Amino acid sequence: MLKAIFEPGLFASEPVRVAVVVGGAVALVSAVVGVFTVIRGQSFAGHSLGDLGTTGGSGAFLVGANPLWGFVSFAILGAGAMELFGGRRPRARDMATGIVLGAGLGIAALFLYLGTTERNTTGATITILFGSMFVIRASMIPVFALLSVLALAIVALCYRPLLLSAVSQDVASARGVPVRTVGVLYLLAMAVAVSLSCVTIGAILSTAVLIGPAAAALRLTKRPGLAIFWAAVIGLAVTWIGIVLAYDSYYWPPAGRGWPVSFFVVALVLAVYLLADFASRHRARRAGARALASSEGPTAVAGRPRGPESTVLGAG
Amino acid sequence: MFSGIMVNAWIVATMVAVVAGVVGFFTVLRGSAFVAHAVPQAGFAGAAGASLIGVNTLAGLGTFAVISALSIGFLGKRGRHDAVTALTLVFMLGLGALFLSWSEEYASAIYALLFGEVLGVSTNQVLATAVLGVVCILAVVTLYRPLLLTSVIPEVAEARGVRTQRMEMCFLVVVALVTTMSVPVVGALLMFSLMIGAPGAARSFTGNPLGALSLSVVLSVTIVWVAIAASYETDWPVGFFVGVLGAVFFIAGRAWAVWHRSGGVRQPGARYAPEKSVHLATAGGTNREPT
Repeated sequence: MLKAIFEPGLFASEPVRVAVVVGGAVALVSAVVGVFTVIRGQSFAGHSLGDLGTTGGSGAFLVGANPLWGFVSFAILGAGAMELFGGRRPRARDMATGIVLGAGLGIAALFLYLGTTERNTTGATITILFGSMFVIRASMIPVFALLSVLALAIVALCYRPLLLSAVSQDVASARGVPVRTVGVLYLLAMAVAVSLSCVTIGAILSTAVLIGPAAAALRLTKRPGLAIFWAAVIGLAVTWIGIVLAYDSYYWPPAGRGWPVSFFVVALVLAVYLLADFASRHRARRAGARALASSEGPTAVAGRPRGPESTVLGAG
Repeated sequence: MFSGIMVNAWIVATMVAVVAGVVGFFTVLRGSAFVAHAVPQAGFAGAAGASLIGVNTLAGLGTFAVISALSIGFLGKRGRHDAVTALTLVFMLGLGALFLSWSEEYASAIYALLFGEVLGVSTNQVLATAVLGVVCILAVVTLYRPLLLTSVIPEVAEARGVRTQRMEMCFLVVVALVTTMSVPVVGALLMFSLMIGAPGAARSFTGNPLGALSLSVVLSVTIVWVAIAASYETDWPVGFFVGVLGAVFFIAGRAWAVWHRSGGVRQPGARYAPEKSVHLATAGGTNREPT
């Protein structure tokens, strides 16, 4: 039975071991950062930072630099530009993100064009766009760890102000929270986390592990602390199961050369989200029925009072 | 520059630019830039799947674009719209990666679908693009008033009996149609830049909806023409010029708006942003944007 799930040689293979460690770490960081991304409604920015990192990666490929620095620097630059052009209204932010993303994608097209005509390979395009967990070098791990800790530290330091400004910017600024600084710091943390995940697991999976586990966790619970815990668990689980399935799929039809890790992870992420969504809907319906059955007066239906945080999280 | 195969490129690109200017105006108005980014990429996965099983890629692209648009609308009813869009996008891209890993020769095909090959358009493609383009424009003209109302002041639209949710679904299907029309000829990335850059800039210049819509079309066509000419001269990708020109126009629009506002004139975008003026009135001006 176990042998059917874990193909022989899975744990002996060096690339798989590195992928399990690095992929797991990246998924963990992304899931924690992602909870705030979903609460703050910045999924588009999170996804765009990944694509901008890809632009940087192709630029680094062009000049022959270490791709990691290309990813990180372009993601941070992009975050700065979004903050510069975006206002406080969601639609203005949405458009600023779109403009920055459009320019970034255009520049990526140029970099990839120059890269492929000068170096005469198209394989690089695919690796940069889709990423491959099985090409991580073990020597990069310390740098990754350092940057991951940086992203997590920013989130931990800004935990309360981040939540408060996500609920209401007016309340937050009235209480003396420097809303703009907190927003910039958070974008920085997201840029670092996203570029890390982009360079290791590719642009698709980067968005998947940033948004998917967090969105599912926020469907399961309305408490931010618990949501972070669940997002981390879901992120780790989908990444590891995805790696195992991709390794198993080596002899699967039709091509006989393995299905991509990214497919397994995104399929798992979507399945978990849909399950969580179903569960929350079911729970809401049952709670509604119970309230209706026991309601003698209107007070019974109102239930316990909700703070501003739970109201906003409830919309997630 | 205007001979042989280039004629088709000019025609197709102009049609795409006009439709992108019109639909993009509503995309920017509704804050749906993420959807405009996600649906074309989902369509790309459909095209990859269609080429794998030997079906017409346009059919695969259209099917996937419509499916993803509808699932974004359906799931977005309850969850966070942007998170649901992200999930749909990554799932479709993952599916695309799977299809590509099954097919034999993929590198150049995926490159073309993402970045487009406007310089190699056949006459059949011109016809298909024209038909789909006319359908898109007709749809927007038919829905113009309710679409505008739900985009700008959804509460009033709701009170007047316009179904906001149904309008959202209609709009998403239009985005899927635009995708089907444009992605085979100009690519997913270029299409997105066109749909955001020109309308974003146009909104800064005028507060009148019809004026902004027309300006958006003019800017969009200008961007595409300049981009094709520049690409023809330099051999660099069209997408690069479109993306950068869109950003340049947008920055110019913002600069113009800021200059106009500092001159004591009412902010041109104000008519589009009733939530902002209400906001300022109720909160007593404490939440003014930092200058």
